[in-house]
Amino acid sequence: MADEVVLLDYWISPYAMRLRIALALKGIEYERKEEELNNKSPLLLQSNPVHKKVPVLIHNGKPICESVVALQYIDEVWNDKAPLFPSDPYLRSQAKFWADYVDKKISSFARKLWSGAKGEEMEVVKKDLFDCLRLLEGELGDKPFFGGETLGLVDLALLPFASWFSVHDKFGTFSLEAECPKIPPWVKRCFQMESVSESVPSPDQLYDYVVKMRNSRQE
Amino acid sequence: MADEVVLLDFWPSPFGMRLRIALAEKGIKHEYKEEDLKNKSPLLLKSNPVHKKIPVLIHNGKPVSESLIALQYIDETWNDNAPLLPSDPYLRSQAKFWAEFVDKKVADFGRKVCMTKGEEQEAAKNGLLDCIELLEGELGEKPYFGGETLGFVDVTLVPCYGWLSVYEKFGNFSIEAEHPVFIAWGKRCLQKKSVSKSLPDQQKLYDFVVQLRKRHEIE
Repeated sequence: MADEVVLLDYWISPYAMRLRIALALKGIEYERKEEELNNKSPLLLQSNPVHKKVPVLIHNGKPICESVVALQYIDEVWNDKAPLFPSDPYLRSQAKFWADYVDKKISSFARKLWSGAKGEEMEVVKKDLFDCLRLLEGELGDKPFFGGETLGLVDLALLPFASWFSVHDKFGTFSLEAECPKIPPWVKRCFQMESVSESVPSPDQLYDYVVKMRNSRQE
Repeated sequence: MADEVVLLDFWPSPFGMRLRIALAEKGIKHEYKEEDLKNKSPLLLKSNPVHKKIPVLIHNGKPVSESLIALQYIDETWNDNAPLLPSDPYLRSQAKFWAEFVDKKVADFGRKVCMTKGEEQEAAKNGLLDCIELLEGELGEKPYFGGETLGFVDVTLVPCYGWLSVYEKFGNFSIEAEHPVFIAWGKRCLQKKSVSKSLPDQQKLYDFVVQLRKRHEIE
């Protein structure tokens, strides 16, 4: 029986982007269903009744919710190529720790950056964000990716947020290169991979989207 | 080489209780180190420099932080008996989903029931009851969330059962009245030595919260 894989998605959701990259890395064919977040489909409400959120991976009719849980599922089921998790239990635990760190800390800064915070409040957000990104830079070290020679769990967890931070960089809110010099080259390296560039919008594409939104609001 | 396992913990912590239960279920010999959270040990600060929190599992000198990550590490490393997670990838993903649900929602509502008052406390009480109802649905007719034996979700949730009478006293409500299925499950878990010896005495927990509320000036 052929595998039926569906992804309930929202194109700019950082959590959904993680799954799109994973599915592309593993060469998994799937049907992408774009959700309207203010008009959620019956399929979404039925597949994720607890949180009613995207992304949801549906494999042969069975839904898996929560992006990191779904990434683990993908890695276990399609285990023939592009491993996302290390095989050693200790290294696995460390990868999960840093992905959890991204979820706990980085995601909340991402929200605050877009919240319209100004002045001193914004300065505090920026400082906290850079402190967290510097910790992650330490974890990256001299490796091309957090996963080593190839993309791993932490790369997938962080990249969508880092892409959005690059947009702020372009708007001049801050300079990522000055504050966290390892992050922009790492983002670039990730986007050089076809599985990434074909799955998720680049910082340039996200920037154009924000400009368009702002212009349309002014009209 | 004999395994050296150390658990950095704090006796009332529901997160620490999870690891105590898992170590006991698997018969893993370990050294228990009680932390004074007002005066954290150098070992804790070195082992969990990012969050500086307990519990931390240290296996042959290597620390694993975050209770759900440590539970998975324990399950993968000591995989010869008492499996916490099912072997089927889909069932594993469901167990992880519900454990994340407990971790994100239940623990937080429980804390707010004890440490807040007025409207915030009411919201937390209702939130906690809603969570328990959802969890009862997930448990269904099974003796444990893990089926015939304690599983990942049981170990994650049962510390909250250990705090139940404390939530009821401070929240001035009865969880037992509305949720007999949850209570029956909790009592079933308590019949296991690994659980009963890992959960502190409820009176001791109550006295601890009384002191905590005094310190935080909540009355």
